[in-house]
Amino acid sequence: MITFIANTLSLGIPFSVALLIASLGETFNQRAGIFNLGCEGIMAMGAFIGMLIPYSVGQGSEVPEIYNYIGLVLASGVGALLGLFFGVVVVSFRAPQGIAGIGLQMFGVGTAGTLFRHFVGGTQSIPTIGVAPIPGLSRIPLIGQILFNHNPMVYVAFLMVPIAWYVLFKTPWGLRVRAVGTHPRAADSIGIQVNRVRFQALAVGGGMAGLAGAYLATCQVGMFSDEIIAGRGFIAVALVYFGRWSPVRVMGGALLFSLAQSLQLAIQGLGIDFPYEFLVMLPYVLVILVLTVSHKSQHMGPTALGKPFNREIRT
Amino acid sequence: MTKRFKVGYMAAVVVLSILAAMGIGAVILLAIGADVFKTYMVILTEPLKNKIGITEVLLRTIPLTIIALGITVAYRSGIINIGAEGQMAMGILSTTAIALLFPDLPRGVLIPFAILAGAVGGGIWGFIPGFLKAKLEVSELLSTVMLNYIAAQLYTFFLRGPMLDPAELTTGSGTPQSMRLTRNLDLTRLIPGTRIHTGIFIALALAVVIYLILWKTSFGYKMRAAGAQERAARYGGINVPRYLIIAMIISGAFAGMAGAIEIAGVHRRAIEGVTSGYGFSGIVVALFGGLHPAGIVPAAFFFGLLIYGADMTQRLVGVPANMVQVLQGIIILVIVSSKMIIANPYLMHRMEAKWQNLTGKLHKEVKA
Repeated sequence: MITFIANTLSLGIPFSVALLIASLGETFNQRAGIFNLGCEGIMAMGAFIGMLIPYSVGQGSEVPEIYNYIGLVLASGVGALLGLFFGVVVVSFRAPQGIAGIGLQMFGVGTAGTLFRHFVGGTQSIPTIGVAPIPGLSRIPLIGQILFNHNPMVYVAFLMVPIAWYVLFKTPWGLRVRAVGTHPRAADSIGIQVNRVRFQALAVGGGMAGLAGAYLATCQVGMFSDEIIAGRGFIAVALVYFGRWSPVRVMGGALLFSLAQSLQLAIQGLGIDFPYEFLVMLPYVLVILVLTVSHKSQHMGPTALGKPFNREIRT
Repeated sequence: MTKRFKVGYMAAVVVLSILAAMGIGAVILLAIGADVFKTYMVILTEPLKNKIGITEVLLRTIPLTIIALGITVAYRSGIINIGAEGQMAMGILSTTAIALLFPDLPRGVLIPFAILAGAVGGGIWGFIPGFLKAKLEVSELLSTVMLNYIAAQLYTFFLRGPMLDPAELTTGSGTPQSMRLTRNLDLTRLIPGTRIHTGIFIALALAVVIYLILWKTSFGYKMRAAGAQERAARYGGINVPRYLIIAMIISGAFAGMAGAIEIAGVHRRAIEGVTSGYGFSGIVVALFGGLHPAGIVPAAFFFGLLIYGADMTQRLVGVPANMVQVLQGIIILVIVSSKMIIANPYLMHRMEAKWQNLTGKLHKEVKA
């Protein structure tokens, strides 16, 4: 029984990484007042870039993993560019963000699929980044296996939580991000360039979404397919609501979802006769349940969320 | 502001946004080394070159029109329905269930009954996000997407389990699909040798119905008021949450009907991949059609052309069919951006001033 729980937990933690990175990025977006529903599309592009680099240039190399890392970096670059592109639409042109996000999602998923078919063709697997146990800590019984025996990106992702918290709440830039998302007019009146800060936040959020997508391809699955993201981008957006725009609570949400997922796989592994489709649907049902509960929370969201800023119009 | 400038300004924005959409698409096409001009030509003209092509485009127009009409009702009422994909799947399941349970009903009874069942299935799937939004403030953008994934799983569950074709069990191939549904459900094919069916008249009739409801009844007026200015509508005594829920039920019911008609007219059994992105394309059609039935019908034809044309690019110019999704995404982004440019009076005034400055200078130069 203990090994079953330990296995489920140690499986669930790497599952949470893509959700965690993407929803931390979305936290930056929403704290700046931008609701980026296109996260799913950016992740798809990230997953494609992350897979393309090791597949096209890393093959036969003596150190194949290095190309996975290059893929991760390039994917976050592409993600940042897509974030800025979204900014042109929703910040410069002040388009409604919900529907524009759907446009970005279709654009990203479609582009990734088109490029994938041209440059790769069919399903091709790449080597994933291997496990790097932390010396010493990984040998602690049970806890070592659960917490300190993962691929390096897992540690990076969980390090991002305190970093994101520090940046958002303890740095001048974080204060500006929160200001433009809460009261852009007040921020504008003390000389903060609202749209510029929103663009910066979109670049950060997009970069992290791209990284999250690439993580799936280079560390978790080891390939690209059209369904690789499978709604994780949308779940990441929902997790930000669930986590009430706080990095730590967002992490809690990501862990909850990934544990549900690993539990689902574990149950399947036990061979209990239960329709597989209902297990797959579980995380999505969970999102809806979570959203129905979280609106009652006391924590206030960014009040200017979803509202374009126009300094020429009084409100 | 002169009227002539205003018209010219709007025309310029529209032309520029079409060029922008094609330009961004061209970047992707260039990245995969395709002939940009030829690709666009294939997508836009190749399907129209013969009878089969035209009817296939019309065939795709039917579900696109119906789904876009439903999305319009929701959008006009202030709620964005991106769950048409799931609502369509639920409609297909309900229709199939009715056809499997009552195969012996006469045509005149079964067809309306089964389509109504599709509407109920989709309507329930639309009610859930509508209720969650109106009563619990759950973002419909997220709940409808999640319901899409849930519906997709339910769909495969039913096709693999309770609704699986018994013949698939005996032959053992196990393709997840229902058996050939009763012939009493078949919508008549209009032209021999093609797949175009009477569903096209249903789609056109529904377009008229939606126009009448939204613009000619007080009920539709209240829905549009709730969507245009929620607070003003509330002060005007309109029960906004109630109209949100009703709008989502109608929206879902239309997507469900689209699924029912697709089954009765084209596939004649429930198979995987019937929805194939129609739910998302419907959003683009609704926006491109200006959220009005008179615009939606031609817009649906245009996107039917795009979807069918993109299927041909793979064979003719080596461009993957996913390109259509890229174009649809760009078109959404460009439409929502250009709308904001058109609706911005400050920008227009500034442009007009610049324009007069420019033409005025020219006049002076000519005089000098």
